Amino acid sequence: MSSQAVKPVAALTRRPRNPERPVWEEEPTLVGRVGKPVVLAVVFLAVAFPLYVVVVTSLSTTEAVTRAGGLVVVPRDLTIAAYVQLLSGGVVTRALVISALITAVGTAFSLLITMLAAYGLSRPGSLWHRPLLFIVLLTFLFGPGIIPSYLLVNSLGLIDSYGSLILPTAISAFNLIVMRAFFMGIPGELIDSARIDGAGEFAVLTRIVMPLSKAVVAVVGLFYAVGYWNAFFNAMLYLNDNSKWPLQLVLRTYIVQQQALPSGAGGVTSSPALGLAPAPGLAIKMAIVVLAVIPVLLVYPFIQKHFTKGVIIGAVKG
Amino acid sequence: MTTVDEVRAPVEQKPAPAPPRRAGRPNWRLRLRRDWPLLLMVTPVIVLLLVFHYLPTLGNVIAFQDYSPYVGIRDSEFIGLTNFSRLFSEAAFWKALLNTLTITAFQLVFFFPIPILLALLLNSVLSVRVRTFIQGVVYLPHFFSWVLVVSLFQQMIGGAGLLAQSLRGHGFQAVDLMTKPDSFILLVTSQAVWKDAGWGMIVFLAALSTINPALYEAAAADGANRWRRLWHITLPGLRPVIVLLLILRLGDSLTVGFEQFILQRNAVGADAAEVLDTYVYFEGLLAGDFGYGAAAGLFKGVVGLVLVLVANKFAHLVGEQGVYSRS
Repeated sequence: MSSQAVKPVAALTRRPRNPERPVWEEEPTLVGRVGKPVVLAVVFLAVAFPLYVVVVTSLSTTEAVTRAGGLVVVPRDLTIAAYVQLLSGGVVTRALVISALITAVGTAFSLLITMLAAYGLSRPGSLWHRPLLFIVLLTFLFGPGIIPSYLLVNSLGLIDSYGSLILPTAISAFNLIVMRAFFMGIPGELIDSARIDGAGEFAVLTRIVMPLSKAVVAVVGLFYAVGYWNAFFNAMLYLNDNSKWPLQLVLRTYIVQQQALPSGAGGVTSSPALGLAPAPGLAIKMAIVVLAVIPVLLVYPFIQKHFTKGVIIGAVKG
Repeated sequence: MTTVDEVRAPVEQKPAPAPPRRAGRPNWRLRLRRDWPLLLMVTPVIVLLLVFHYLPTLGNVIAFQDYSPYVGIRDSEFIGLTNFSRLFSEAAFWKALLNTLTITAFQLVFFFPIPILLALLLNSVLSVRVRTFIQGVVYLPHFFSWVLVVSLFQQMIGGAGLLAQSLRGHGFQAVDLMTKPDSFILLVTSQAVWKDAGWGMIVFLAALSTINPALYEAAAADGANRWRRLWHITLPGLRPVIVLLLILRLGDSLTVGFEQFILQRNAVGADAAEVLDTYVYFEGLLAGDFGYGAAAGLFKGVVGLVLVLVANKFAHLVGEQGVYSRS
C-alpha cells in the first residue's frame, strides 16, 4: 500500500500489475493512492496515540512530568516507580485483585452455562427447544428496567455482595445464540456416531462438540471476560461499600472525578525499600489507566484471529 | 442408549409434510426420557433469565403503585396512572426525552455511516497484512470500558489534558472540551465513533466479503467504472445489513449508552447530559422515588419495543428481511 504511494507518477502506466489486484480493476488515481494511506494513518494514530501518551506518562519521573507541564509525549529517563507504588498494597492493588477474581469466576460460570444451554438448544427436534429458545430470544426485545432490577437484587440480599456483579449479567442472549449457531453447524453424523458408540449428551458435548468449537468458545469467553472486567454500572448500583470496589470504580473516582487517592493506601506514599523516588501523582493516575487496559491488550491478540470465524456467524444472522 | 437411538433416528430424519409429522412424533414422555439431559443443560440459563430478566420485568407493576420499599410490591397501594401523569407534566422528563432523541438523531447522521465508509476503505486495501493490522487496531477500543474511554478523552482534550497543555505552552487560551454543554453532543458522538466505529465495521466487512467478484468483473466488462460498480454492486450488496442495523438503531432510539452519560453528567450539567436512563437513575433510584422512576423506565421500554416492531414492519414493507422474519 505505502510502497505504491511513494512511486513516482511517471511510473503510473508502466508499473507492473499488482498480483493481488483483480484484473478488472482500474489503477488507482493519485488521490486514491495518497489519500488512503493518510486516512489509515490518521485512524491508526487516533487509537494508538492516546494510549502511547498514557503509557509514557505513567513511566515518567517527577521532573519529566514537570518539564512537560503535564502529560509526557517524549519519553526520557523512564521509571516503574508508579507501578511499584500502586502494586505494593492499597486501594488499587485490592481493586485489581477483586476485578481479576470477578472476571475469572464470572467468565468461567457464564461460559459453562452458555455452552450447556447452547448445546441443549442446538439438537434438532429435541423436546421443548422452541419455547425455551423463545424465552431466550424474547430478552432481546425489552430490558427489565433499572429500578425493578435494583429492587430484585436488593430483595435477594445481593447488595454489597460480589454475586450482584455476576448473576444479573451472567447470561448474554447474544453470546448464547452465536454459540448455538456454531454448534448447529457441526455435522449431525459426527454426533450420531458418537451416540452409537454409547456417548451420552454430556460426553458428546465435552468430547466432540467442544474440541471442534475452540474458536467460538474463545471469542465468547473473551466477550464475557471483557464484560466482567469492564463492568462499572452494576458495581456502582449494587456496591455501597467502597472497600469492595472493582478497578473500574477506582478509575472513575480517581481519574474521571479526579478525587485524590488516599495516602498510605497505594496512593502517594514512596517506597524507599525499593530505592525508587516517589512517582508523581500524574504518573500514578496514568498507571491506573494502564492497569485497566493491560488485561484487554494481553488477551486480545490471541483471540483476535478468531474474530472473523467466530463473530460473523452470529452477526450476519446465524 | 440403544432405545434412545431408535427413537431419535426417525425424529431427526423426517422432514415429512406437517400433519403426518405431528402424528408420527413419539409422545412427549418418550421424548422426555430421551432428551432430559438436554433439558437439564438448558435449565441454569432459563432459571437465570426468569429470575434476572423476566421477574424484574414483572416488577414494573410498581410504576402503577405508590411503591414503598418498607411494605413491598404486594402491599403497596395501586394508584393507577398517577405516576405517568406526573411524569408527563414534568419539564425535566421532556428535556431528558428531547436530549435522548437529539443525540440519537445526531449519531444516526454522524456515527452510522462511518463504519460503512471505514469498511469500504479497508476492503479496498490490497495488502492483507496492512488490512489485518489496521482492523486489529480499530476494533480494539470496543473492548475498553466507558470509564477508560472517558478517562482517555479527558487526558487528551480535558482541562488538564494534552491539548490544553500544549495550547498553554504556546501561549494560547486553554480550552476544556470535556465540560462544555454546547459541544457535548459532538463530544459523546466522537467518543462513540472512537470506541465502536471499528467494531461496527466488522459486519460490513463480512457482508462485503460475500459479494461475488464475478459481478464486478461482469460490470467492468460492461463498461462500469469504479463508482458505477460501487453504486450498482457494492451498495446493493450491503443494503440488507444496512437496513438491519438501521432498524436496530431506530429501535434503540431511547437508549444512548448509560455509562457514557452518567460518567459525564456532573462535568457538563444535567441540562445537556440528562438522557432517559440517567433521569430514571437520578429521579427514581437516588431520590428513592421508585414508582415514579419505574414509570419513566417503563415508558422507555414500551416505546422502545414499539419502535423495534414498527421499524421491522417497515423493513418488510420495503422488501427487506429485517431482524426477524414474517413467519
